Amino acid sequence: MKTFVYVDHFKGEIQPASWEAIGLGKTLGSVSAVVFGSGVDDVVKAAFEYGADEVFVADDPALADFRAEPYASTFSALASAQSPDLILFPITARTRELAAMSAVDLNTGVLTDISAVEMEGDKLVATRPIYEGKVLEKTVCSAKPVMASIRPRFFPKPERDESKSGTATKVEVKSEALTTVEGYSASEAAVNLGDAPVIVSGGRGVSNNPSLTPPDGMDEKDAEVWRAHQGFALIGELANVLGGAVGASRAAVDGGYIPYAHQVGQTGKVVTPDLYIACGISGAIQHLVGMRNSKVVVAINKDADAPIFTQARYGVVGDLFKIVPALTAEFKKKLGK
Amino acid sequence: MKIIACIKQVPDSEAKVKAEGGQVTWGDAPLVINPFDEYAVEGALQQKEAVGGTVTALCIGPESAREALKHALAMGADEAILVSDPALTEIDSVAAARVLAAAIKKVGDADMIVFGRQTLDNGSGLTTAQVARVLGLPLLGLAGQIKVEEGSVRVERVIEEGRVTVSARMPVVLSVVQSIGEPRYPSFMGIRKASKANIPVWSLADLGVEAPATVVKRTELMNPPVDETKVEMITGETPEAIAEALVEKILAEKVL
Repeated sequence: MKTFVYVDHFKGEIQPASWEAIGLGKTLGSVSAVVFGSGVDDVVKAAFEYGADEVFVADDPALADFRAEPYASTFSALASAQSPDLILFPITARTRELAAMSAVDLNTGVLTDISAVEMEGDKLVATRPIYEGKVLEKTVCSAKPVMASIRPRFFPKPERDESKSGTATKVEVKSEALTTVEGYSASEAAVNLGDAPVIVSGGRGVSNNPSLTPPDGMDEKDAEVWRAHQGFALIGELANVLGGAVGASRAAVDGGYIPYAHQVGQTGKVVTPDLYIACGISGAIQHLVGMRNSKVVVAINKDADAPIFTQARYGVVGDLFKIVPALTAEFKKKLGK
Repeated sequence: MKIIACIKQVPDSEAKVKAEGGQVTWGDAPLVINPFDEYAVEGALQQKEAVGGTVTALCIGPESAREALKHALAMGADEAILVSDPALTEIDSVAAARVLAAAIKKVGDADMIVFGRQTLDNGSGLTTAQVARVLGLPLLGLAGQIKVEEGSVRVERVIEEGRVTVSARMPVVLSVVQSIGEPRYPSFMGIRKASKANIPVWSLADLGVEAPATVVKRTELMNPPVDETKVEMITGETPEAIAEALVEKILAEKVL
């Protein structure tokens, strides 16, 4: 099978699931990586090192910022000319739009958010979650090329071999653009929950530390947010020691404790880390659907009846403001940090 | 300004959805407007209030999907249209996009077409971009803030890496995210108006299109494996003792 893998990056920062897609493609046959952007030599080099047999590159100032229209037109023209059997994408906001548009151009379909594949004869059958992961479906695409986007951390990442290199083939750029990118701010600090092996999350309980006295002159709401910030600082320290990311429940986001980018759940990010530690999160269904496929779940909550404990392997009924710092100290000791 | 909000009807988020006999079932849980699409209606209404105009709610679905459209009307949409046809029961996202594009053309003269970020049922999140592509209109995806000025639309696009400011000339196709603001509750007057509203139903023949080809098909449905592990409660005299016991358990899982 001839597979194309689109290597997604944001300003040169590569989405690691791109390499997982190369790994998956290699199990099915040959892999050609596709790299778009401006000044992307390093991305091309990495694609060879992660095992791409060849690399197609469109390196052009017109592609400096991701814009769905020129990216899709360039991609569709390349795919038409090269006729791959399968095109894999790491799932991101960008690739969702790119794959969607190219599927229209190429008269095919996209199997999104897939977590497993199997071959039935020469037909690729993909498994994906539907209804917020309450049900799984197996799905096929009867047109060619089959397009599929993979969920991060479901397929093994190949070893990087820095001795591998190659010469990329240049792709003709279709630069017609319908939108203008005017600016970028990383204000909602880069949070990559999808790829994080460990996530420590906080909920409404994070603002409930009665032993803290907010600075004078704060009204009730400001004091609550101030308390929550102190609570999330503790959660951040634990995440830091574990090399993980900070997540949050919707209640914490709605309360203004932490930006939306951290939200885990049905209306936030669906995550599957190896370790998920829920602190002060009661476990509304909308949160549970976002984290219940994590490998090991630990819940810390004052309320022994909180639904979060139904999803946890280990539970602690107690005060997160005491337990979390103790955990941080203990992990530091045991992990030698 | 003429705004179209595209919505879908889905089982309520609290529903116990299961695979049963090759079908997806949800017991007697209600069907509701897709929660993400409430944000689409909210975003559309905000723009109507900011610059004037009308909001049309548009939905592909069976007869029962009228209820989702009534919710949009009760929130404040001016009119609602249901696209319903037996040929549309099992369609993929490209097919749905082609039908929606035909319906949007039939509504006519839209300046802004607003979607939610994804649906709770299929959840592929592809349709918005595909409608934009079929119509040849600019896509402003994942907008957390929308500003219209002099025939242009500028949005703050919310992605994992931060916020990107993107603009395009109208007409545009948009999807919105939660930062647009919490969807308003239907007012009493709105509910009364919605209950009396006449919602036209368009078939594929009314749109003048054939049923578009569907290439993505389901071959099997499964319930996710049930995690049999019961929670093990960790107790101890002091936070330090609890931490020590818990860390030992976590390290033994070999996930770090």
